[in-house]
Amino acid sequence: MKWAELRNLQTVQLAAIPRLSPDALQQQTLSGLAAGRRVVQFFGDRTAEGILLYVVLADDEHSRLYVSSAIFQDNDKYPALTTDAPALHLFEREFYEQFGIEPLGHPWLKPVRHGIAGISPLEAAYNFFHMDGAQVHEVGVGPIHAGIIEPGHFRFSCQGEEIYHLEIEHGFQHRGVEELFLRHRARPVYRQCLAESIAGDSVIGHGGAYVRAMEALGNVNVGRQAIVIRTIAQELERTAIHLGDLSALANDVAYLTGNAVFGALRTKVINTTLALCGNRFGRGLLALGGVNYNISGKLRDNIRTTLAQLEDDTDLAAEVLFASASLLARFEKTGVVTKETARRLGMVGPAARASGLAVDVRSDHPYGGFSYFPVHKMTLTSGDVFARAYIRYVEIKQSLRIIQEQLNALNGGELKRPGAAPAAGMMVVSLAEGWRGEIAHVALTGQDGQLRRYKIKDPSFHNWMALALAVRKNGISDFPVCNKSFNLSYCGTDL
Amino acid sequence: MFELLRLRIRHNRPVIKDLRRAGLHPSFRGFPLLASEKCTAGCSSCADLCPAGAIALAPLRLDLGKCTFCGECERACGKEALRFSPGYRLGATSRAALIITAGQTEAAFQEQAIEARKEICRLFGRSLKLRQVSAGGCNGCEMELAACGNVNFDLGRFGIDFVASPRHADGLVITGPLTRNMAPALADAYRSVSEPKIVIAVGACAISGGLFTDGGELDRSFLASAAVDLHVPGCPPHPLTFIHALLDFLGLEKS
Repeated sequence: MKWAELRNLQTVQLAAIPRLSPDALQQQTLSGLAAGRRVVQFFGDRTAEGILLYVVLADDEHSRLYVSSAIFQDNDKYPALTTDAPALHLFEREFYEQFGIEPLGHPWLKPVRHGIAGISPLEAAYNFFHMDGAQVHEVGVGPIHAGIIEPGHFRFSCQGEEIYHLEIEHGFQHRGVEELFLRHRARPVYRQCLAESIAGDSVIGHGGAYVRAMEALGNVNVGRQAIVIRTIAQELERTAIHLGDLSALANDVAYLTGNAVFGALRTKVINTTLALCGNRFGRGLLALGGVNYNISGKLRDNIRTTLAQLEDDTDLAAEVLFASASLLARFEKTGVVTKETARRLGMVGPAARASGLAVDVRSDHPYGGFSYFPVHKMTLTSGDVFARAYIRYVEIKQSLRIIQEQLNALNGGELKRPGAAPAAGMMVVSLAEGWRGEIAHVALTGQDGQLRRYKIKDPSFHNWMALALAVRKNGISDFPVCNKSFNLSYCGTDL
Repeated sequence: MFELLRLRIRHNRPVIKDLRRAGLHPSFRGFPLLASEKCTAGCSSCADLCPAGAIALAPLRLDLGKCTFCGECERACGKEALRFSPGYRLGATSRAALIITAGQTEAAFQEQAIEARKEICRLFGRSLKLRQVSAGGCNGCEMELAACGNVNFDLGRFGIDFVASPRHADGLVITGPLTRNMAPALADAYRSVSEPKIVIAVGACAISGGLFTDGGELDRSFLASAAVDLHVPGCPPHPLTFIHALLDFLGLEKS
C-alpha cells in the first residue's frame, strides 16, 4: 500500500500510514500530482527514529485524501520535487527551514520565515533575485507598508513602469504559532484563542478547522444546532471580508462611492456577528463540542431581515460598481493568472476560482453543515482583477443564500456537548474553506494522547507565487489593486 | 447615472453623528465588572481557564492589557462574579490603570484612566497624524484601525489621520506582540518620527505580548526605549474604543 486513503476529518492511526523510501514517496507524490491530485500538506515531524515527512494529497473529485510518509535522518538530502511540481515550492522551503533536509536542485531555496536582514543568520541565503541592464531598476517596498496592513517585503524588478519580476519576502510576522500549540496543555481554551489568532480575519475559518480536528480526535459528535450556527458564522465571515475587499478594491482605483458603500455594508455584517457572539470577528463563538452562543427568536429574525436588506443593497451597489467604465478599465486584463498557471501552482480559494479552477472544500471535502447542504462550485474564466473582484460578489450572494437556508435549519437543540480526550497515536486532516480558500490543519497525537505536532496551512501559502506571477508585465501602479484582489495573509503564512 | 443617485439615496447617512454617545449591542464584551463577594471560596476556575493569564485571585483582579475578551471566565463562573459589560471605553495612559479590581465601575475607571496633558492637547489637539506599525499583528487590530476611517466612524473629522510615512507622523500606533523579525523595522519607524512624538499600543498583543508571550519569537526591547503614552486594550479593540481613548487623551470633546 502506497497511501492511506481517508476523508476530511477522518482519523487515521499513525501506525497505519504507509512509510515509503524517500525515493518512492517522491515518485508517488509526483505521479499523484500528475494524475490530477492536489497537494494539501507537506510537512515534517521529528520523532525518535528520525524526521518523518508526511505528504497529504487531495482527490477533489472523489472527496478523498491520501497520506503517506518517508523517514529522513538529520542532514539528509533528496532531489527537489518543485522542479516538476511548482505547487510544492514553498512547502519544500518550509520543510528545509524547519528540519534541514535539503531539496537538491530547488530553484528558489530561500528562507520562509527566518531570513530577515539584521537579525537572521540565514539573511545571506536571502539574496534577492537580481536583474541587470541599463534601464532596469528595483523598487523595494516594506516591511512597513503605506496603509494599515501587515508587514512583508516586496522587491520589484522593473523596466520603466513595467514589472518584470516581483519577489516577496516573508517572516516578519513570525510568532511561533505551531510551537505554541504544543504548550499550555493545562489551558485548553488557550489553543482555541490561539487558533482564532492564526489570522484575525479568518477567526471562524481557522478556529473552526481547529475545533473540528480536536473533535475528530476525541470522537465528539457536535449537535445540529451548533453545526448550523458554525456554518452561519463561517458564511458571515466570508460575506464581511468579501464586502470589505470590494470596498478596498474600489478605493485602490479611487472609486470612492464604491469604497464608502461597500465599507458600510461590511459594517452591517460584522455587527451581526457581534450581536451573535459579542465580537465583530466571531471570537469566543466556537468551542470544543459546539458553540458558546445561540441563535434563536429575535436574533434569528434580525439576522434574516438584516441580510435580506443587505442583499438588495449589495445588488444595487454591485450594479453601479461593475458598470463603472473607469473602474473596469483598471480591473479588466490586469494581473491575469491563467487556469493552467493556477493549476500548476496549486492555487486555492476565490483567486483560483476566478481563474477557472473549480476548487472549493465546502463542495469537494464537505464538513459540518456543508455535508447536509451541498455548495455549488462557481468559477469565472478571465483570471484578472475583474474576475477576482466579481467572484467575490457572486460568493457574497451564495453565502447570503446559505445563511438564509441555515437559519431555517436551526432546531433549537443543544449548543455544546462534552469534549473527550484525543485518541493516542492518531492523525487527522481538517480542511475548511475559509474566505481565502483551503485551510488545512493536521493534528498528530503521541502515545500519551497529547498533541505532538500541529501543522497549519493558511490558503495564502498556495497563492503568494500566483500574485508574484500575476503582476509580471503589468505597470507597477497596478500592483496595489492586484495585491488587494488576492488579499493574502501575512500572519497566516508567517505563523 | 440614476442608479448611482438611487444608491446614494438608499445609502442614506451611515455616519455615526455623535461618537461620544454611541452605544454598542448589549452582547459586546467590553468593560469587565468584578464582584468578588459572589466568588465561591476556594474557586479558581476563571483564573485557571483564562488563556491569557489575565486574571489574578485574592483579591480578584483582571488585567485589561492581557485580556483577549474571549468570555471564557464569564461563562465558566456561573456566579456572575465576573461579567463583561458592553462598555467600550477601555483606554488608559498608564499600564497600571488597566488592572481592574473588584467593585470598580466603568465610570470610576474612566475618571482616572486617561490623563489629558495640556501639552499633548496644545501640540496635537487640532491635528494628529499617526503611522501604524503592525509588528506581528494578526490583522484583527489592523482591520479595526482601518475601520476607524470608514464612513461610519470617520475619524478624520477630528483632524486625526493615519499617514503613509513615519516622517509625516506625530506618533506610532503599534499592533501585534512585537516579533523579533519586526524589531529593526519598528525601531527605524520610531526613529523617523520627529520629536515630540507619541506611542500608542493597541490590542492585548502590543500591550503585553498577549498569547504569544512565551513563544520565544518576540523582541519587546523597543518598549524599554520608547514609553507607551496610551494603551488601548481589546482583541481587537472596537473602533470606538480606539477613538474614545484618543479623544480623551487629546482632551477633546470631553463627554
